[in-house]
Amino acid sequence: MKVLVAAKRVVDYNVNIRVLSDNTGVDLNNVKMSLNPFDEIALEEAVRLREAGTAEEVIVVSIGSSACQEQIRTALALGADRGILVETEEEMQPLAIAKVLKAIVEKEQPQLIILGKQAIDDDNSQTGQMLAALAGLSQATFASKVVIGDGTATVTREVDGGLETITVKLPAIITTDLRLNEPRYASLPNIMKAKKKQVDIYTPEELGVDIVSRVKTLKVEPPAERKAGVIVESVEELVDKLRNEAKVIS
Amino acid sequence: MSILVVAEHDNDSIKAPTLVAVAAAQAIGGDIEILIAGSGCSGASDAASKIAGVSKVLVADNDCYAHQLAENIADLISEIGSGYSHILTVTTTSGKNYMPRVAALLDVAQISEISGVVSEDTFERPIYAGNAIATVQSSDSIKVLTVRGTAFDPVEAQGGSASVENIDIVKDSGLSTWDQEEIAKLERPELTAASIIISGGRGMQNGENFALLESVADKLGAAIGASRAAVDAGFVPNDMQVGQTGKIVAPDLYIAVGISGAIQHLAGMKDSKVIVAINKDEDAPIFQVADYGLVADLFKAVPELDALL
Repeated sequence: MKVLVAAKRVVDYNVNIRVLSDNTGVDLNNVKMSLNPFDEIALEEAVRLREAGTAEEVIVVSIGSSACQEQIRTALALGADRGILVETEEEMQPLAIAKVLKAIVEKEQPQLIILGKQAIDDDNSQTGQMLAALAGLSQATFASKVVIGDGTATVTREVDGGLETITVKLPAIITTDLRLNEPRYASLPNIMKAKKKQVDIYTPEELGVDIVSRVKTLKVEPPAERKAGVIVESVEELVDKLRNEAKVIS
Repeated sequence: MSILVVAEHDNDSIKAPTLVAVAAAQAIGGDIEILIAGSGCSGASDAASKIAGVSKVLVADNDCYAHQLAENIADLISEIGSGYSHILTVTTTSGKNYMPRVAALLDVAQISEISGVVSEDTFERPIYAGNAIATVQSSDSIKVLTVRGTAFDPVEAQGGSASVENIDIVKDSGLSTWDQEEIAKLERPELTAASIIISGGRGMQNGENFALLESVADKLGAAIGASRAAVDAGFVPNDMQVGQTGKIVAPDLYIAVGISGAIQHLAGMKDSKVIVAINKDEDAPIFQVADYGLVADLFKAVPELDALL
Protein backbone atom coordinates (compact mmCIF):
# COMPACT_ATOMS: atom_id res chain seq x y z
CA MET A 1 0.00 0.00 0.00
CA LYS A 2 1.12 3.51 -0.84
CA VAL A 3 0.85 6.27 1.74
CA LEU A 4 0.76 9.94 0.80
CA VAL A 5 1.71 12.53 3.41
CA ALA A 6 1.11 16.26 3.00
CA ALA A 7 3.77 18.59 4.41
CA LYS A 8 3.41 22.33 4.94
CA ARG A 9 6.23 24.82 5.37
CA VAL A 10 5.33 27.04 8.33
CA VAL A 11 6.95 29.50 10.72
CA ASP A 12 8.72 27.45 13.39
CA TYR A 13 6.64 26.99 16.53
CA ASN A 14 9.34 28.61 18.67
CA VAL A 15 9.26 31.90 16.77
CA ASN A 16 7.55 34.87 18.40
CA ILE A 17 5.20 36.20 15.77
CA ARG A 18 5.41 39.92 14.98
CA VAL A 19 2.65 41.68 13.07
CA LEU A 20 3.97 44.05 10.35
CA SER A 21 3.43 47.73 11.11
CA ASP A 22 1.46 48.24 7.88
CA ASN A 23 -0.94 45.47 9.00
CA THR A 24 -0.51 43.44 5.81
CA GLY A 25 0.59 40.28 7.57
CA VAL A 26 3.19 38.90 9.93
CA ASP A 27 6.93 39.42 9.56
CA LEU A 28 8.42 36.45 7.69
CA ASN A 29 11.83 38.02 6.99
CA ASN A 30 14.71 35.93 8.35
CA VAL A 31 12.29 33.86 10.36
CA LYS A 32 13.04 30.19 10.95
CA MET A 33 10.73 27.96 8.88
CA SER A 34 9.94 24.33 9.68
CA LEU A 35 7.79 21.40 8.78
CA ASN A 36 4.35 21.87 10.38
CA PRO A 37 4.53 19.85 13.65
CA PHE A 38 1.27 17.98 12.96
CA ASP A 39 2.60 16.99 9.52
CA GLU A 40 5.70 15.61 11.22
CA ILE A 41 3.38 13.35 13.22
CA ALA A 42 1.61 12.38 9.97
CA LEU A 43 4.93 11.47 8.38
CA GLU A 44 6.05 9.49 11.42
CA GLU A 45 2.85 7.44 11.30
CA ALA A 46 3.38 6.70 7.60
CA VAL A 47 7.01 5.69 8.11
CA ARG A 48 6.02 3.39 10.98
CA LEU A 49 3.45 1.72 8.71
CA ARG A 50 6.17 1.07 6.18
CA GLU A 51 8.57 -0.20 8.82
CA ALA A 52 5.83 -2.56 10.04
CA GLY A 53 5.43 -3.90 6.50
CA THR A 54 1.89 -2.50 6.15
CA ALA A 55 2.94 0.14 3.62
CA GLU A 56 5.42 -0.22 0.77
CA GLU A 57 6.04 3.40 -0.10
CA VAL A 58 5.73 6.76 1.62
CA ILE A 59 5.42 9.79 -0.64
CA VAL A 60 5.61 13.31 0.76
CA VAL A 61 3.97 16.23 -1.06
CA SER A 62 4.38 19.91 -0.37
CA ILE A 63 2.72 22.84 -2.12
CA GLY A 64 4.20 26.32 -2.30
CA SER A 65 7.37 28.14 -3.35
CA SER A 66 10.60 26.33 -4.24
CA ALA A 67 11.69 26.91 -0.62
CA CYS A 68 9.33 24.05 0.33
CA GLN A 69 12.02 21.72 -1.01
CA GLU A 70 13.69 22.24 2.36
CA GLN A 71 10.70 20.67 4.17
CA ILE A 72 10.50 17.89 1.57
CA ARG A 73 14.17 17.08 2.23
CA THR A 74 13.46 17.07 5.96
CA ALA A 75 10.63 14.60 5.38
CA LEU A 76 12.85 12.44 3.17
CA ALA A 77 15.49 12.43 5.92
CA LEU A 78 12.81 11.33 8.37
CA GLY A 79 11.98 8.34 6.21
CA ALA A 80 9.77 9.30 3.24
CA ASP A 81 10.79 7.45 0.06
CA ARG A 82 10.23 10.20 -2.47
CA GLY A 83 8.89 13.71 -2.72
CA ILE A 84 6.57 15.81 -4.83
CA LEU A 85 6.64 19.60 -4.92
CA VAL A 86 3.76 21.45 -6.50
CA GLU A 87 5.44 24.76 -7.08
CA THR A 88 3.59 28.07 -7.03
CA GLU A 89 4.23 31.57 -5.80
CA GLU A 90 0.50 32.20 -5.33
CA GLU A 91 -1.07 32.37 -1.89
CA MET A 92 -2.64 28.95 -1.46
CA GLN A 93 -5.81 28.60 0.61
CA PRO A 94 -7.09 25.27 1.95
CA LEU A 95 -9.64 24.68 -0.83
CA ALA A 96 -6.96 25.23 -3.50
CA ILE A 97 -4.51 23.01 -1.59
CA ALA A 98 -7.16 20.30 -1.37
CA LYS A 99 -7.75 20.53 -5.13
CA VAL A 100 -4.04 20.16 -5.84
CA LEU A 101 -3.82 17.22 -3.44
CA LYS A 102 -6.80 15.60 -5.13
CA ALA A 103 -4.91 15.76 -8.45
CA ILE A 104 -1.89 14.12 -6.78
CA VAL A 105 -4.12 11.45 -5.24
CA GLU A 106 -5.53 10.65 -8.69
CA LYS A 107 -1.99 10.39 -10.07
CA GLU A 108 -0.51 8.28 -7.28
CA GLN A 109 -3.57 6.28 -6.10
CA PRO A 110 -2.49 5.98 -2.45
CA GLN A 111 -4.60 3.86 -0.10
CA LEU A 112 -3.96 6.18 2.79
CA ILE A 113 -3.45 9.93 2.85
CA ILE A 114 -2.24 11.35 6.15
CA LEU A 115 -2.20 15.06 6.97
CA GLY A 116 -1.72 17.14 10.10
CA LYS A 117 -5.01 18.19 11.72
CA GLN A 118 -4.08 21.83 11.29
CA ALA A 119 -1.17 24.04 10.29
CA ILE A 120 0.18 26.23 13.07
CA ASP A 121 0.19 29.38 10.94
CA ASP A 122 -3.39 29.80 9.70
CA ASP A 123 -4.94 27.37 12.23
CA ASN A 124 -7.63 26.52 9.68
CA SER A 125 -7.99 22.76 10.18
CA GLN A 126 -9.69 22.29 6.80
CA THR A 127 -7.42 20.71 4.19
CA GLY A 128 -7.81 17.02 5.07
CA GLN A 129 -11.58 17.21 5.31
CA MET A 130 -11.81 19.17 2.04
CA LEU A 131 -9.58 16.68 0.24
CA ALA A 132 -11.78 13.83 1.51
CA ALA A 133 -14.87 15.60 0.16
CA LEU A 134 -13.36 16.36 -3.25
CA ALA A 135 -11.93 12.86 -3.68
CA GLY A 136 -15.14 11.25 -2.38
CA LEU A 137 -13.19 9.42 0.32
CA SER A 138 -13.83 8.60 3.95
CA GLN A 139 -12.20 10.70 6.65
CA ALA A 140 -10.92 10.14 10.16
CA THR A 141 -9.79 13.42 11.68
CA PHE A 142 -7.86 14.16 14.91
CA ALA A 143 -6.49 10.62 15.10
CA SER A 144 -4.71 9.39 18.21
CA LYS A 145 -4.49 5.74 17.12
CA VAL A 146 -4.59 4.09 13.69
CA VAL A 147 -4.95 0.35 13.07
CA ILE A 148 -4.94 -0.82 9.46
CA GLY A 149 -7.22 -3.79 8.74
CA ASP A 150 -8.33 -5.56 5.58
CA GLY A 151 -9.40 -2.69 3.33
CA THR A 152 -10.21 -0.58 6.37
CA ALA A 153 -8.62 1.59 8.99
CA THR A 154 -9.87 1.68 12.56
CA VAL A 155 -9.10 5.08 13.99
CA THR A 156 -9.41 6.41 17.53
CA ARG A 157 -10.25 10.10 17.37
CA GLU A 158 -9.77 12.84 19.94
CA VAL A 159 -13.20 14.40 20.44
CA ASP A 160 -14.53 16.91 22.98
CA GLY A 161 -14.85 15.05 26.25
CA GLY A 162 -12.92 11.92 25.30
CA LEU A 163 -12.24 9.46 22.51
CA GLU A 164 -14.29 7.98 19.68
CA THR A 165 -13.41 5.01 17.50
CA ILE A 166 -14.59 4.74 13.91
CA THR A 167 -13.78 2.39 11.05
CA VAL A 168 -13.27 3.90 7.62
CA LYS A 169 -13.02 2.22 4.23
CA LEU A 170 -9.71 2.58 2.39
CA PRO A 171 -8.64 4.67 0.60
CA ALA A 172 -9.08 7.10 3.47
CA ILE A 173 -7.94 10.48 4.69
CA ILE A 174 -6.52 10.63 8.20
CA THR A 175 -5.58 13.81 10.06
CA THR A 176 -3.28 13.57 13.05
CA ASP A 177 -3.66 14.77 16.60
CA LEU A 178 -0.81 15.30 19.04
CA ARG A 179 -0.84 11.98 20.80
CA LEU A 180 -0.75 9.75 17.71
CA ASN A 181 3.01 9.27 18.04
CA GLU A 182 6.25 10.99 18.93
CA PRO A 183 8.18 11.85 15.78
CA ARG A 184 11.82 10.77 15.52
CA TYR A 185 14.82 12.97 14.78
CA ALA A 186 16.67 12.63 11.49
CA SER A 187 20.07 10.95 11.75
CA LEU A 188 23.05 12.34 9.86
CA PRO A 189 23.33 9.31 7.51
CA ASN A 190 19.63 9.67 6.71
CA ILE A 191 20.03 13.38 6.02
CA MET A 192 22.80 12.51 3.55
CA LYS A 193 20.71 9.76 1.96
CA ALA A 194 17.75 12.12 1.62
CA LYS A 195 19.73 14.30 -0.76
CA LYS A 196 19.72 11.49 -3.31
CA LYS A 197 16.02 10.69 -3.11
CA GLN A 198 13.75 11.61 -6.00
CA VAL A 199 11.66 14.81 -5.91
CA ASP A 200 9.27 15.50 -8.80
CA ILE A 201 8.13 19.03 -9.44
CA TYR A 202 4.78 20.06 -10.93
CA THR A 203 2.83 23.28 -11.17
CA PRO A 204 -0.90 23.69 -10.39
CA GLU A 205 -1.41 24.54 -14.08
CA GLU A 206 0.17 21.24 -15.17
CA LEU A 207 -2.21 19.47 -12.81
CA GLY A 208 -5.13 21.45 -14.23
CA VAL A 209 -6.16 22.90 -10.89
CA ASP A 210 -7.93 26.22 -10.28
CA ILE A 211 -6.19 27.92 -7.36
CA VAL A 212 -8.00 31.27 -7.33
CA SER A 213 -8.32 32.67 -3.79
CA ARG A 214 -11.85 33.02 -2.47
CA VAL A 215 -10.89 34.79 0.71
CA LYS A 216 -8.99 38.06 0.80
CA THR A 217 -7.05 39.15 3.88
CA LEU A 218 -7.89 42.81 4.43
CA LYS A 219 -5.63 43.35 7.43
CA VAL A 220 -3.70 41.60 10.16
CA GLU A 221 -3.45 43.16 13.59
CA PRO A 222 -1.90 42.22 16.91
CA PRO A 223 -4.44 40.95 19.45
CA ALA A 224 -5.77 43.29 22.12
CA GLU A 225 -3.31 43.30 24.98
CA ARG A 226 -4.30 42.54 28.52
CA LYS A 227 -3.64 45.18 31.12
CA ALA A 228 -0.71 44.33 33.36
CA GLY A 229 -1.89 42.85 36.63
CA VAL A 230 -0.52 42.90 40.12
CA ILE A 231 1.73 40.54 42.04
CA VAL A 232 0.18 39.54 45.35
CA GLU A 233 2.35 38.64 48.31
CA SER A 234 0.39 35.81 49.84
CA VAL A 235 -2.41 33.33 49.29
CA GLU A 236 -4.54 35.31 51.80
CA GLU A 237 -4.13 38.45 49.71
CA LEU A 238 -4.98 36.51 46.56
CA VAL A 239 -8.19 35.11 48.02
CA ASP A 240 -9.12 38.55 49.37
CA LYS A 241 -8.64 40.14 45.92
CA LEU A 242 -10.64 37.43 44.19
CA ARG A 243 -13.49 37.80 46.71
CA ASN A 244 -13.63 41.53 47.19
CA GLU A 245 -11.97 43.18 44.19
CA ALA A 246 -12.59 40.89 41.21
CA LYS A 247 -15.68 39.36 42.89
CA VAL A 248 -15.24 36.08 41.00
CA ILE A 249 -15.46 33.77 44.01
CA SER A 250 -17.79 33.89 46.97
CA MET B 1 -30.19 36.71 3.77
CA SER B 2 -30.94 33.40 5.34
CA ILE B 3 -28.58 31.68 7.70
CA LEU B 4 -28.40 28.00 8.54
CA VAL B 5 -26.95 27.16 11.94
CA VAL B 6 -26.01 23.51 12.38
CA ALA B 7 -26.74 22.56 15.98
CA GLU B 8 -24.44 20.71 18.30
CA HIS B 9 -26.66 18.37 20.33
CA ASP B 10 -26.88 14.95 21.98
CA ASN B 11 -30.32 14.07 20.49
CA ASP B 12 -32.04 14.90 23.80
CA SER B 13 -30.85 18.45 24.25
CA ILE B 14 -29.01 21.28 22.57
CA LYS B 15 -25.43 21.82 23.65
CA ALA B 16 -24.65 25.29 24.94
CA PRO B 17 -22.13 26.25 22.21
CA THR B 18 -25.00 26.17 19.67
CA LEU B 19 -26.33 29.32 21.38
CA VAL B 20 -23.02 31.02 20.56
CA ALA B 21 -23.37 30.07 16.89
CA VAL B 22 -26.88 31.57 16.88
CA ALA B 23 -25.45 34.74 18.44
CA ALA B 24 -22.90 34.97 15.63
CA ALA B 25 -25.72 34.46 13.11
CA GLN B 26 -27.59 37.38 14.71
CA ALA B 27 -24.47 39.53 14.39
CA ILE B 28 -24.46 38.76 10.66
CA GLY B 29 -28.19 39.52 10.46
CA GLY B 30 -30.93 37.72 8.59
CA ASP B 31 -33.44 34.94 8.95
CA ILE B 32 -31.98 32.19 11.17
CA GLU B 33 -32.83 28.53 10.79
CA ILE B 34 -31.36 25.64 12.76
CA LEU B 35 -30.58 22.16 11.49
CA ILE B 36 -30.75 19.21 13.86
CA ALA B 37 -29.28 16.10 12.28
CA GLY B 38 -29.46 13.12 14.59
CA SER B 39 -31.27 9.95 15.49
CA GLY B 40 -34.25 10.02 17.84
CA CYS B 41 -33.59 13.72 18.23
CA SER B 42 -37.06 15.10 19.04
CA GLY B 43 -35.80 16.33 22.43
CA ALA B 44 -33.10 18.36 20.72
CA SER B 45 -35.48 19.74 18.09
CA ASP B 46 -38.02 20.78 20.76
CA ALA B 47 -35.24 22.59 22.61
CA ALA B 48 -34.02 24.23 19.39
CA SER B 49 -37.50 25.59 18.63
CA LYS B 50 -37.37 27.57 21.90
CA ILE B 51 -34.04 29.30 21.19
CA ALA B 52 -34.49 33.05 20.97
CA GLY B 53 -34.26 34.51 17.48
CA VAL B 54 -34.69 31.29 15.49
CA SER B 55 -37.45 31.19 12.86
CA LYS B 56 -37.39 27.55 11.81
CA VAL B 57 -35.96 24.23 12.94
CA LEU B 58 -35.13 21.62 10.29
CA VAL B 59 -34.95 18.09 11.60
CA ALA B 60 -33.21 15.21 9.82
CA ASP B 61 -33.92 12.25 12.07
CA ASN B 62 -32.32 9.05 10.82
CA ASP B 63 -29.95 6.34 12.09
CA CYS B 64 -27.32 7.44 9.58
CA TYR B 65 -26.91 10.73 11.49
CA ALA B 66 -26.71 9.11 14.93
CA HIS B 67 -22.99 9.62 15.45
CA GLN B 68 -22.44 12.71 13.34
CA LEU B 69 -20.25 10.82 10.85
CA ALA B 70 -18.71 13.51 8.68
CA GLU B 71 -19.46 11.86 5.33
CA ASN B 72 -23.21 11.59 5.99
CA ILE B 73 -23.70 14.90 7.77
CA ALA B 74 -21.70 16.82 5.14
CA ASP B 75 -23.74 15.31 2.29
CA LEU B 76 -26.93 16.35 4.08
CA ILE B 77 -25.82 19.89 4.89
CA SER B 78 -24.39 20.56 1.45
CA GLU B 79 -27.66 19.43 -0.16
CA ILE B 80 -29.96 21.60 1.92
CA GLY B 81 -27.37 24.34 2.47
CA SER B 82 -27.11 25.56 -1.11
CA GLY B 83 -30.11 27.86 -0.59
CA TYR B 84 -28.58 29.83 2.26
CA SER B 85 -26.26 32.83 2.32
CA HIS B 86 -24.38 31.56 5.37
CA ILE B 87 -23.91 28.14 6.96
CA LEU B 88 -22.34 28.10 10.36
CA THR B 89 -21.64 26.03 13.40
CA VAL B 90 -19.54 26.33 16.48
CA THR B 91 -15.86 25.29 16.52
CA THR B 92 -16.04 21.94 18.31
CA THR B 93 -14.35 18.70 17.26
CA SER B 94 -17.64 17.76 15.61
CA GLY B 95 -18.07 21.00 13.66
CA LYS B 96 -14.39 21.02 12.72
CA ASN B 97 -14.82 17.52 11.37
CA TYR B 98 -17.75 17.95 8.97
CA MET B 99 -17.84 21.67 8.10
CA PRO B 100 -14.78 21.85 5.78
CA ARG B 101 -16.24 18.83 4.01
CA VAL B 102 -19.47 20.81 3.49
CA ALA B 103 -17.52 23.78 2.13
CA ALA B 104 -15.58 21.65 -0.35
CA LEU B 105 -18.77 19.92 -1.55
CA LEU B 106 -20.26 23.37 -2.21
CA ASP B 107 -16.96 24.49 -3.80
CA VAL B 108 -16.61 27.43 -1.41
CA ALA B 109 -14.00 28.40 1.15
CA GLN B 110 -14.52 27.94 4.85
CA ILE B 111 -13.61 30.67 7.30
CA SER B 112 -12.59 28.89 10.48
CA GLU B 113 -13.18 30.02 14.02
CA ILE B 114 -14.47 33.54 13.47
CA SER B 115 -14.08 35.76 16.51
CA GLY B 116 -15.88 38.78 15.10
CA VAL B 117 -18.38 39.80 12.42
CA VAL B 118 -17.45 42.98 10.54
CA SER B 119 -20.12 42.68 7.85
CA GLU B 120 -22.03 39.95 6.07
CA ASP B 121 -18.92 38.93 4.11
CA THR B 122 -16.09 40.13 6.35
CA PHE B 123 -14.97 38.43 9.53
CA GLU B 124 -12.20 38.48 12.10
CA ARG B 125 -10.34 35.34 13.08
CA PRO B 126 -7.25 34.54 15.13
CA ILE B 127 -4.19 33.17 13.34
CA TYR B 128 -0.79 32.04 14.64
CA ALA B 129 -2.30 30.72 17.86
CA GLY B 130 -4.04 34.01 18.54
CA ASN B 131 -0.87 36.07 18.16
CA ALA B 132 -2.48 37.94 15.30
CA ILE B 133 -6.04 38.71 14.29
CA ALA B 134 -6.82 38.62 10.57
CA THR B 135 -9.75 40.42 9.00
CA VAL B 136 -10.82 38.43 5.94
CA GLN B 137 -13.41 38.93 3.23
CA SER B 138 -15.11 36.11 1.38
CA SER B 139 -16.12 36.42 -2.28
CA ASP B 140 -18.07 33.15 -2.26
CA SER B 141 -21.84 33.15 -2.70
CA ILE B 142 -22.24 30.94 0.38
CA LYS B 143 -20.18 31.72 3.44
CA VAL B 144 -19.30 28.61 5.41
CA LEU B 145 -18.14 29.56 8.89
CA THR B 146 -17.19 28.03 12.20
CA VAL B 147 -17.57 30.27 15.23
CA ARG B 148 -15.11 30.54 18.12
CA GLY B 149 -17.05 29.30 21.14
CA THR B 150 -15.89 32.11 23.42
CA ALA B 151 -16.25 35.01 21.01
CA PHE B 152 -19.97 35.82 21.24
CA ASP B 153 -22.36 36.00 24.18
CA PRO B 154 -24.79 33.11 23.82
CA VAL B 155 -28.43 33.89 22.97
CA GLU B 156 -31.19 32.88 25.37
CA ALA B 157 -32.13 29.21 25.23
CA GLN B 158 -35.76 30.16 25.91
CA GLY B 159 -38.27 32.60 24.54
CA GLY B 160 -38.41 31.59 20.88
CA SER B 161 -41.19 29.76 19.07
CA ALA B 162 -39.77 28.45 15.83
CA SER B 163 -41.69 26.14 13.54
CA VAL B 164 -40.33 22.60 13.21
CA GLU B 165 -40.03 20.96 9.80
CA ASN B 166 -38.97 17.39 9.21
CA ILE B 167 -36.74 16.86 6.24
CA ASP B 168 -36.71 13.45 4.72
CA ILE B 169 -33.21 13.25 3.30
CA VAL B 170 -31.16 10.14 4.03
CA LYS B 171 -27.46 10.26 3.25
CA ASP B 172 -25.68 7.08 4.17
CA SER B 173 -22.35 7.04 2.36
CA GLY B 174 -21.31 3.64 3.68
CA LEU B 175 -17.73 4.97 3.85
CA SER B 176 -17.41 4.91 7.62
CA THR B 177 -18.94 3.28 10.66
CA TRP B 178 -19.00 4.32 14.28
CA ASP B 179 -17.60 1.72 16.68
CA GLN B 180 -17.49 3.13 20.19
CA GLU B 181 -16.69 6.06 22.40
CA GLU B 182 -14.99 6.58 25.73
CA ILE B 183 -16.33 9.81 27.09
CA ALA B 184 -14.81 10.73 30.42
CA LYS B 185 -17.44 10.76 33.16
CA LEU B 186 -17.22 14.24 34.47
CA GLU B 187 -18.03 15.03 38.05
CA ARG B 188 -17.15 18.61 37.32
CA PRO B 189 -18.34 21.12 34.71
CA GLU B 190 -17.01 20.75 31.17
CA LEU B 191 -14.04 22.96 30.37
CA THR B 192 -15.75 24.95 27.66
CA ALA B 193 -18.82 25.55 29.82
CA ALA B 194 -17.18 26.22 33.20
CA SER B 195 -17.23 29.68 34.78
CA ILE B 196 -14.11 28.84 36.81
CA ILE B 197 -11.16 26.75 35.60
CA ILE B 198 -8.08 25.68 37.49
CA SER B 199 -5.31 24.32 35.26
CA GLY B 200 -2.03 22.60 35.99
CA GLY B 201 1.17 22.60 33.97
CA ARG B 202 4.51 20.88 33.93
CA GLY B 203 5.14 22.27 37.42
CA MET B 204 2.61 19.76 38.79
CA GLN B 205 5.40 17.16 38.32
CA ASN B 206 3.06 14.19 37.94
CA GLY B 207 -0.55 13.13 37.46
CA GLU B 208 -1.16 12.28 41.11
CA ASN B 209 -0.46 15.86 42.14
CA PHE B 210 -3.51 16.99 40.14
CA ALA B 211 -5.45 15.81 43.20
CA LEU B 212 -4.34 19.11 44.79
CA LEU B 213 -6.26 20.96 42.08
CA GLU B 214 -9.27 18.66 42.36
CA SER B 215 -9.87 19.63 45.94
CA VAL B 216 -9.81 23.35 45.07
CA ALA B 217 -11.96 22.73 42.00
CA ASP B 218 -14.60 20.96 44.06
CA LYS B 219 -14.87 23.92 46.41
CA LEU B 220 -15.12 26.43 43.57
CA GLY B 221 -17.32 24.32 41.28
CA ALA B 222 -14.51 24.61 38.77
CA ALA B 223 -13.39 22.53 35.81
CA ILE B 224 -9.82 21.23 35.68
CA GLY B 225 -7.59 21.93 32.72
CA ALA B 226 -3.97 21.38 31.80
CA SER B 227 -1.26 22.81 29.60
CA ARG B 228 0.04 20.93 26.60
CA ALA B 229 3.29 20.36 28.52
CA ALA B 230 1.35 18.48 31.22
CA VAL B 231 -0.48 16.44 28.58
CA ASP B 232 2.69 15.68 26.63
CA ALA B 233 4.37 14.58 29.86
CA GLY B 234 1.52 12.10 30.33
CA PHE B 235 0.21 13.64 33.59
CA VAL B 236 -3.37 13.92 32.33
CA PRO B 237 -5.40 13.02 29.23
CA ASN B 238 -5.50 15.23 26.15
CA ASP B 239 -9.16 16.19 26.56
CA MET B 240 -8.04 18.38 29.49
CA GLN B 241 -5.72 20.40 27.30
CA VAL B 242 -6.30 24.15 27.11
CA GLY B 243 -4.52 25.90 24.26
CA GLN B 244 -4.19 26.41 20.55
CA THR B 245 -4.26 22.68 19.90
CA GLY B 246 -6.69 21.91 22.72
CA LYS B 247 -9.72 23.72 24.04
CA ILE B 248 -10.29 27.46 23.79
CA VAL B 249 -11.81 28.72 27.03
CA ALA B 250 -12.89 32.09 28.44
CA PRO B 251 -14.20 31.57 31.97
CA ASP B 252 -14.82 34.29 34.57
CA LEU B 253 -11.81 33.04 36.52
CA TYR B 254 -8.83 31.06 35.21
CA ILE B 255 -6.25 29.86 37.73
CA ALA B 256 -2.99 28.72 36.11
CA VAL B 257 -0.90 26.60 38.45
CA GLY B 258 2.68 25.68 37.56
CA ILE B 259 2.09 26.81 33.97
CA SER B 260 4.87 28.85 32.39
CA GLY B 261 2.57 30.43 29.80
CA ALA B 262 3.79 29.21 26.41
CA ILE B 263 2.22 31.06 23.47
CA GLN B 264 0.19 28.02 22.58
CA HIS B 265 -1.36 27.86 26.07
CA LEU B 266 -2.08 31.59 26.23
CA ALA B 267 -3.91 31.26 22.91
CA GLY B 268 -6.45 29.05 24.62
CA MET B 269 -7.19 31.09 27.75
CA LYS B 270 -6.22 34.72 27.45
CA ASP B 271 -9.80 35.86 26.84
CA SER B 272 -10.66 34.78 30.40
CA LYS B 273 -12.12 37.63 32.47
CA VAL B 274 -9.77 37.24 35.44
CA ILE B 275 -6.51 35.29 35.26
CA VAL B 276 -4.56 34.13 38.29
CA ALA B 277 -1.06 32.69 37.95
CA ILE B 278 0.73 30.71 40.63
CA ASN B 279 4.31 29.91 39.65
CA LYS B 280 7.62 29.84 41.48
CA ASP B 281 9.46 31.36 38.51
CA GLU B 282 8.83 35.11 38.67
CA ASP B 283 9.97 35.47 35.04
CA ALA B 284 7.35 33.04 33.71
CA PRO B 285 5.47 34.64 30.78
CA ILE B 286 2.13 33.68 32.37
CA PHE B 287 2.57 36.66 34.75
CA GLN B 288 2.37 39.04 31.78
CA VAL B 289 -1.26 38.11 31.18
CA ALA B 290 -2.26 37.48 34.80
CA ASP B 291 -4.47 39.93 36.69
CA TYR B 292 -3.18 38.47 39.93
CA GLY B 293 0.19 36.77 40.14
CA LEU B 294 1.55 34.84 43.07
CA VAL B 295 5.24 33.90 42.99
CA ALA B 296 5.23 30.81 45.17
CA ASP B 297 5.83 27.10 45.32
CA LEU B 298 2.54 25.59 44.17
CA PHE B 299 2.90 22.67 46.59
CA LYS B 300 2.62 25.18 49.45
CA ALA B 301 0.30 27.72 47.83
CA VAL B 302 -2.40 25.37 46.51
CA PRO B 303 -3.06 23.63 49.86
CA GLU B 304 -3.14 27.07 51.51
CA LEU B 305 -5.64 28.24 48.91
CA ASP B 306 -7.67 25.09 49.48
CA ALA B 307 -7.77 25.76 53.22
CA LEU B 308 -8.94 29.37 52.75
CA LEU B 309 -11.87 28.56 50.47
